[in-house]
Amino acid sequence: MTRPRYCLLLAGLGLLVGLLFLASLLTGPAGIGIGRSLAALFGGGDEVLGLVMREIRLPRAILGLAVGAALGVSGAALQGFLRNPLAEPGLIGTSASAALGAVIAIHTGLAAAFPLALPFAALAGALASVALLLVLAGPRAMTLSLILAGIAISALAGAATSLVLNLSPNPFAANEIVFWMMGSLADRSMLHVWIALPVMALGLAMLLPTAGSLDALTLGEDAGASMGVDLGRLRLLLVGGTAALVGGATAVAGSIGFVGLVAPHVLRRAVGSRPSRLLPASALGGAAMVLGADIAVRLIMPDRDLKLGVLTALVGAPFFLHLIVKTRGDTP
Amino acid sequence: MVGRWLAVLAAIGIAMPALAEGPERVVSINLCTDQLAMMIAAPGQLVSVSRHALDPSMSAMADEARGLSANSGTAEEIFLLRPDLVLAGSFTNPITLAMLERLGVPVEVFPAEETVEGIRDNMRRMGKALGREAEAGAAITAFDAELARLDDAPATARPRAALYAANGYSSGSQSLAGQIVALAGFDNIADEMGFGAGGHLSLESLLLSHPDLLVEGRRYPGHSRAEEPLDHPALRALTRSVPSVRTNDPDWVCGTPRILRAVSQLRDARLALPEAK
Repeated sequence: MTRPRYCLLLAGLGLLVGLLFLASLLTGPAGIGIGRSLAALFGGGDEVLGLVMREIRLPRAILGLAVGAALGVSGAALQGFLRNPLAEPGLIGTSASAALGAVIAIHTGLAAAFPLALPFAALAGALASVALLLVLAGPRAMTLSLILAGIAISALAGAATSLVLNLSPNPFAANEIVFWMMGSLADRSMLHVWIALPVMALGLAMLLPTAGSLDALTLGEDAGASMGVDLGRLRLLLVGGTAALVGGATAVAGSIGFVGLVAPHVLRRAVGSRPSRLLPASALGGAAMVLGADIAVRLIMPDRDLKLGVLTALVGAPFFLHLIVKTRGDTP
Repeated sequence: MVGRWLAVLAAIGIAMPALAEGPERVVSINLCTDQLAMMIAAPGQLVSVSRHALDPSMSAMADEARGLSANSGTAEEIFLLRPDLVLAGSFTNPITLAMLERLGVPVEVFPAEETVEGIRDNMRRMGKALGREAEAGAAITAFDAELARLDDAPATARPRAALYAANGYSSGSQSLAGQIVALAGFDNIADEMGFGAGGHLSLESLLLSHPDLLVEGRRYPGHSRAEEPLDHPALRALTRSVPSVRTNDPDWVCGTPRILRAVSQLRDARLALPEAK
């Protein structure tokens, strides 16, 4: 793919994300007109309306964009590093482990005393799971060992999350299992934006420099090393970056599955299979996917608080099955 | 030997109802039947209540329940208490009830009632089951009198209350909480949304519905993500301009005359509204 066409693709995706962001701001049970909504957003008009736009809808739209971008880019990076199209934060247990960290932070009261403890605990959970995965699945990450290790980590983290929630003296805690498994952006506030964004930005800053090395790695680890890729440093950046992105996203939105699988998969051919180009494209694709899903949950069942992960799984699970059938032909 | 013991047991079982008008060893295994039974039973007639009845965060009669033995509602434990009547709710585990029936223990199942008429029915039924019909009748009369005393709201142009609990849950008129709101003289925002028994009220809809009173769910010990919306900046901004009350949940859980405490709390809030409508 030529450079101008790639730039055109990014511009198109960017425009799509921008439109969805605007649509997210304008979607809600209240059904306020476009003009009045935007006026209220910038401080004009009714006071309650301003509150709704600035304190409820704006954080929701920002988080949709940021969480989607984080999941999309970490999926693309993991797939590039492991050279396996099935690697995805939700499937390999990173999201579940980040959720465990977040649940521990909330239910011990740590997050109430010190808000940043929430994303950092989620980051720690994600970090532990990615490191464990790389040990379990080995450096070459055969599909089978990757998926099995992911299932084991997901199951363990999910069980530990349930345990923490069931032991809580708070009667609502047990109901939260659904949120942590399926994710939602309902009724989040600006506080959630402020605690999640710095951690996600840190993750992005760690992942973006790996783009060139990931390109070299497409030829195999030995070829990559001979082209001057420092594998140890790459691994460190990748593990840390993915953990920070997934940790920040999961801490405020729960685990939203399949975004990191679908976004890179749809865009891979369009960018010519180069990881360095796939990273920014997947970020935009993931953002579009989560923003779109979050608009859909508000339109389909406005009074039922439908979970985001339900929609992304409806789109993502068939993709996953398709990929399994495809990779089955490749592996001995 | 065994046959003789069985004969003795059978004789006791047959003799008991003949000795007294009602059952003598009553065991309740449901939080709501616990409370109805405590109100109506004769001293000593009720031998055990569910352990929830002693928990003040759930039970409106935790003080009265002190001194009674607590059970956790398993068939084995209940059978060993040798009850001649077990009181259960319609949400009691059906496997436990089937086991008790197989063991020959009489079980009376009370539906969870959400209306004033249903509460009266359950009290009447409890009186009959315990052989205390006169006491149940007197309790119903007192309940009705208090209800009439609290009922001073106009039928139209009533102020509007919004119920908002953890996870943004809001109860509608087809629930006990919705009934309490109506008895206190309020219209319910959840009904305007068409919720029926209840549903997820988004913060945005809550704010734009401009309620006259915000009824917030109480906070429980420990921390939970479900209660985070109660701390949302937009909700706190709303409570600066709209009066709000915190519910005392035990009064809102069971359909018993104790709901009158909740009705009275909301009625006081209505009378204190700036321009009493």
